[in-house]
Amino acid sequence: MKVELRDPNIIMKLSRLGSFHQSKLSFLRSFLKEFKDWEYKKDLFNLDEFGYGEAIYSFKKNNRVYSLICFANKLNENERSDRVIATKWDAAFTLHDGVPTKKDIERLKNEVPKQEIGRLSYKELTLSRANKSVRVFNHVVESLSKGIQPDINLLSKVGYLYRTTAVYGSGKFGLADRFRIKNRKEIYGPFRLEMMLVYLVRQFTFDQVNHVAKNKNPQKAVNLDPEICKNLGIGNSTGLGMAPFIVNHPTLLNNWVYAREMALKNIREIKNIKAAHYDLFKSCLKKSIKNITSWNTESEYQQKKIKSLLKDLNIFIGFLEKEFDFSKKYAFNEIYLWLEKNSEVECIEYVVSMMMEPYDDIIAPLINKMSSEEEKYFNIPTDRTVSQLRIILEDRYSKILNIDFSKKENNQNFWFISKNKEEPRLADRFEENGSDLEQPLAIARDIKKLYETLSLYKNSSTIDKFLAKNSDLRHVVRRAFIIEKFPYSEIQDNTIGKSIMPIDMLRLKLSFFGALKFDPRSDKWLRICMFQGAPLPEQLKNYDDHWVYNSLN
Amino acid sequence: MKSLSEIETVSKRSTKAAGFSWGIAEEVGKNTRMLETFGLSGIKNLNYYFQIRNNKKFEKLNLVSNENKKTKLEFCPIIAGLSFLDQVRSLESFKEISFENIGYPILFLPFISRASEVIGKKLELKIDNRIFLLNYNNSIYSNSLNNGIVSIGNTVKITFQENKDSFDENEWNDLYKLSENTFVEETDSLKQAGAGAGLTDND
Repeated sequence: MKVELRDPNIIMKLSRLGSFHQSKLSFLRSFLKEFKDWEYKKDLFNLDEFGYGEAIYSFKKNNRVYSLICFANKLNENERSDRVIATKWDAAFTLHDGVPTKKDIERLKNEVPKQEIGRLSYKELTLSRANKSVRVFNHVVESLSKGIQPDINLLSKVGYLYRTTAVYGSGKFGLADRFRIKNRKEIYGPFRLEMMLVYLVRQFTFDQVNHVAKNKNPQKAVNLDPEICKNLGIGNSTGLGMAPFIVNHPTLLNNWVYAREMALKNIREIKNIKAAHYDLFKSCLKKSIKNITSWNTESEYQQKKIKSLLKDLNIFIGFLEKEFDFSKKYAFNEIYLWLEKNSEVECIEYVVSMMMEPYDDIIAPLINKMSSEEEKYFNIPTDRTVSQLRIILEDRYSKILNIDFSKKENNQNFWFISKNKEEPRLADRFEENGSDLEQPLAIARDIKKLYETLSLYKNSSTIDKFLAKNSDLRHVVRRAFIIEKFPYSEIQDNTIGKSIMPIDMLRLKLSFFGALKFDPRSDKWLRICMFQGAPLPEQLKNYDDHWVYNSLN
Repeated sequence: MKSLSEIETVSKRSTKAAGFSWGIAEEVGKNTRMLETFGLSGIKNLNYYFQIRNNKKFEKLNLVSNENKKTKLEFCPIIAGLSFLDQVRSLESFKEISFENIGYPILFLPFISRASEVIGKKLELKIDNRIFLLNYNNSIYSNSLNNGIVSIGNTVKITFQENKDSFDENEWNDLYKLSENTFVEETDSLKQAGAGAGLTDND
């Protein structure tokens, strides 16, 4: 039986993309898989009694070494902020390519804590900073120094000791360009070095908290129980900076979503499901409920989604237990069709992620195809005709062409880059200044304009002639020819409409990272947790691939 | 040292700020990155071109022909280059394309390099006495690699290089003969069984 790939016009709607969940395809899981047999080492741990100083952690295999260099600094209470306007953090980190020399460390000591206003070199791969969850960190120090383990309930509510507020890579602030490292097999998957940084930072937070507790009370202090460590992750605060990324990298977005869609298609096409696979699917599904019931958020928007997810999942599990027969042919296809009829999109996408769990053979080859050689698709095929371009637009942007942009609510917002932080922002076009400096992220509006302008040209006219007169539409002409080859490359929604939920764009990206427990703090930023439940570095050689569902929290 | 990613981003944004569309700014971002990768002065020339543009007007060449003469003003290297790139397939029939007075012609060069890749032919770009051989956007050979600002190309010529061998038949035969020394002489039994298939291959 042949199952069609899901329709991009439906899947690429923001409400659907904003319902994606982590899966076996997620970057943090594929990172762990790739690096599980690398040699992990703590190379330097030079902190004072309060936990300030430097530390270095590394992964090594053959002649390749990646070193995380950590700088922990004293921070006054009034200086601690997760907002992008902050200029100081509890700790700052960089992932260095190779073993850093003393000279490198001295250089980086001056630059890394400055973050955006510091300068890195081609020898550094990623850059980040993080702040303590002071309440949790202090509680853990206090408990450990008295010789007792901390309150699991408090830890469970927060889920981490530190949260990062940005992770930079790919040439920012002088960091190495991707071309320098892109042929290394171990980093074929997207964002693999960013994942490595976050993972090693997590270990630093455990070592630091143990160190501070020990110094506080050398006689009585105990280390944080490794099982508790395992169930702590790293938090992350994410704002709009992430949103334009998925618009600016269309082929990459396609390859992520395409991998997910291909996985689902292949699974739906399996004729006979093995009992072991069915059992694993059901077991992951049931265990995962804990991740939902421990998903804390004050956001009404998210609470509603969680409530609906939990309700739908319970109904679905009931259906599996009481009505469904897994020995029937194409059982996962039957399940998918049932979900389409009976569940909301949040639950559908949740179960789609879960279906991947038993199928390493399907998922592993897809992971290697999630990067993109974007340059290859940059040139516009200018010998194509107006008629061909029009057909692409009608075929690939059918819903978008129905939007009426003369209505105020469809044209309400604009994206811009803030002067003081050089970060993307969203504002009301009719209330704020600056829309004349709008970023090219209103793709739906510009595609519609392209379609209307094309109607003034002859069908046989070529694109070079069209562009000679319409250079303002060049960016969307390029995109249209990209979507012709990459059907999942475009968000099929209006990114400047009044009702846009920018956090849907963030969640799409973060779900591919492998984040859990999305906690929207407004419609424009959210907190998440990464690596919660993940094996510790010493446990990597032999770990349970389904750790995501075995968290105690 | 600035990364290529920073070079591309700043070039793109400054091109937009200088009054070009976002689509053109994307092209210039990629081009400047390419120039700097090849060791040519992309940032310098772009910076000076945008400064001069504040006080001086340049002509937009939207339709390229085999001879492109300025009317009054020097040609804008970005628009002329973009038009060449977009129209290169229809220009291929001319062996040579000439331009009179292109401002800051180093900024024109990457478009020609990319055009070489689009049509799969090497292109020779001559900017007065500077010669650049552009090889399918993979490499640039030049007699002029001085890192400076070139404010004008008085006579700019692009020649389409035919896809032909750079050696004669005798030279090829000599080398081919030598390469034959890696082959094994086939005996009758090897002829029977060596290829794996039967002797009749049209059944």
